[in-house]
Amino acid sequence: MHPAYSVILFTTSSGAGYGLLFWLSLAHLAGAQPVTGWSFFTGLLLALGLITLGLLSSTFHLGRPERAWRALSQWRSSWLSREGVVAIATYAPAGLLWLLALFGGPAWLTLPLAVLAALGAVATVWCTGMIYGSLRTIREWHQPLVPVLYLANAAASGAVLLVMLQAFAGRDIRLASLIALLALITAGALKLVYWRRIDADPGAYTVDMALGLEGVKRQLEPPHSRPNYVMREMGYDVARKHAETLRRTVLIWGFVVPGVMLAFQALTGGLGPVLMPVVVLAAAAGLVVERWLFFAEASHVSMLYYGAERA
Amino acid sequence: MTTLPEKTDKSLGLVIDLDICVGCHACVTSCKEWNTGGYSAPLTDQEPYGEDPHGAFLNRVHSYEVDNAHWKGTVHFPRSCLHCETPDCVTVCPTGASYKREEDGIVLVNPDTCIGCKLCSWACPYGAREYDYDDGVMKKCTLCVDRIYNETIPEEDRVPACVKACPTGARAFGDLADPDSAVSRNVAARDGFNLLDEFGFKPVNKYLPPRKASDRTPQVATEPAAPETGSALEKLFAWADRALSR
Repeated sequence: MHPAYSVILFTTSSGAGYGLLFWLSLAHLAGAQPVTGWSFFTGLLLALGLITLGLLSSTFHLGRPERAWRALSQWRSSWLSREGVVAIATYAPAGLLWLLALFGGPAWLTLPLAVLAALGAVATVWCTGMIYGSLRTIREWHQPLVPVLYLANAAASGAVLLVMLQAFAGRDIRLASLIALLALITAGALKLVYWRRIDADPGAYTVDMALGLEGVKRQLEPPHSRPNYVMREMGYDVARKHAETLRRTVLIWGFVVPGVMLAFQALTGGLGPVLMPVVVLAAAAGLVVERWLFFAEASHVSMLYYGAERA
Repeated sequence: MTTLPEKTDKSLGLVIDLDICVGCHACVTSCKEWNTGGYSAPLTDQEPYGEDPHGAFLNRVHSYEVDNAHWKGTVHFPRSCLHCETPDCVTVCPTGASYKREEDGIVLVNPDTCIGCKLCSWACPYGAREYDYDDGVMKKCTLCVDRIYNETIPEEDRVPACVKACPTGARAFGDLADPDSAVSRNVAARDGFNLLDEFGFKPVNKYLPPRKASDRTPQVATEPAAPETGSALEKLFAWADRALSR
């Protein structure tokens, strides 16, 4: 599948935003982030900023962005529509929390709002994952693990951002670093399981099934002399060797480098303001490559008509 | 509305005979010609005279080499939307632009409400939907909905443009929900089949397999042996033939 930059930016940016919103809400519920605190206010601002940047970016993927509002109508059947609805609904508790962080508010108001914001964040990221997970035409995506992976990546990137904010606020970051480290390990381990699964699956569909004929040897003549939309969009394929290198990049920059630094902070609690920007940048680079690979490694059944033997 | 109709009154569709399709692409050009001015207008091309020409077509013809027990050779394979009974391309649509008509089962995209998110094309295993890069919306076979009910054209023309154009009669149009229709009878008689039945989208369009060839590989006729008796001239030619054949 063609890795569209707008969709990569959208899913990584809004994923991190929803992850941060989730952890901020939990921290507020646990009493670690008082509503009038500086880091609660800036954290919510950053989360809403990342979410908005992502959602805006996703509209650049559309052929008719001016009609994007129509996507809110089909939540009964479409995961994309559900994502839009839940994403916008989550703005209400998150935005109100941010206003209360600005002007101050009572706990009986902020606590339920934090619960709603955390639930909204989880639901939105789940819907994002299900957009891909529900597509039966792409075996690398049509797996129960895919929405879980989206949740794990959002949780890990959000947790890393929260540690950075805590470090800048001059707080003790040992517990936050430990939580972020565990989230990162979970996401990395799930990604390894995912890669093993897609590598072990040769694909259930054959060119014979696609044509309904036995003994299809090869495509003698394609229908067109240059790639059409279907080939450009669905036929994008990253070379095996190239993918191996990129997978290593994801593991090293997305998980190992930030993991080691977070472990150091969890143990010592020191150097946070210096290390955390590096952790955030490394994790961001790793996650962007991870998302690029998620698309580039995905194969589409329609390519059976264009010379693929299995899909 | 992207929820599928529980039942359609008819199941209009195409039956494509792989035995007699000669791969001339007349259906492709005729489809493009009609539909670039019809319901899905425009069907734009990108760089039509440049180095990388491509554009939106609703019908494509591939050619494959096939080798099985009763067919060995080329199979020309027209491919377009199969107007499935339970397709994901309709249900994934976030706007309701992609829909299946209750009255005749035709799957259409409303060009006025499509946002061009391309998700329906990702959900289709047949690669039947093509995004129009200039128009910004998804294009697909309309089964020439603007011909088959069109009372301003002669009655014999009220069939899809591809069917009308096919010079060998490899394409037929009709109601596949009606077991007595000509297309349904032909499908039953010729063991018509679905593409990728394993997906369970229940395509309406059917394909007819190449007929079993009586003699798979034509043999060169063996030459009769040269006569041993006859005139001196015949004997001379027979000798020359034997000498040259050695």
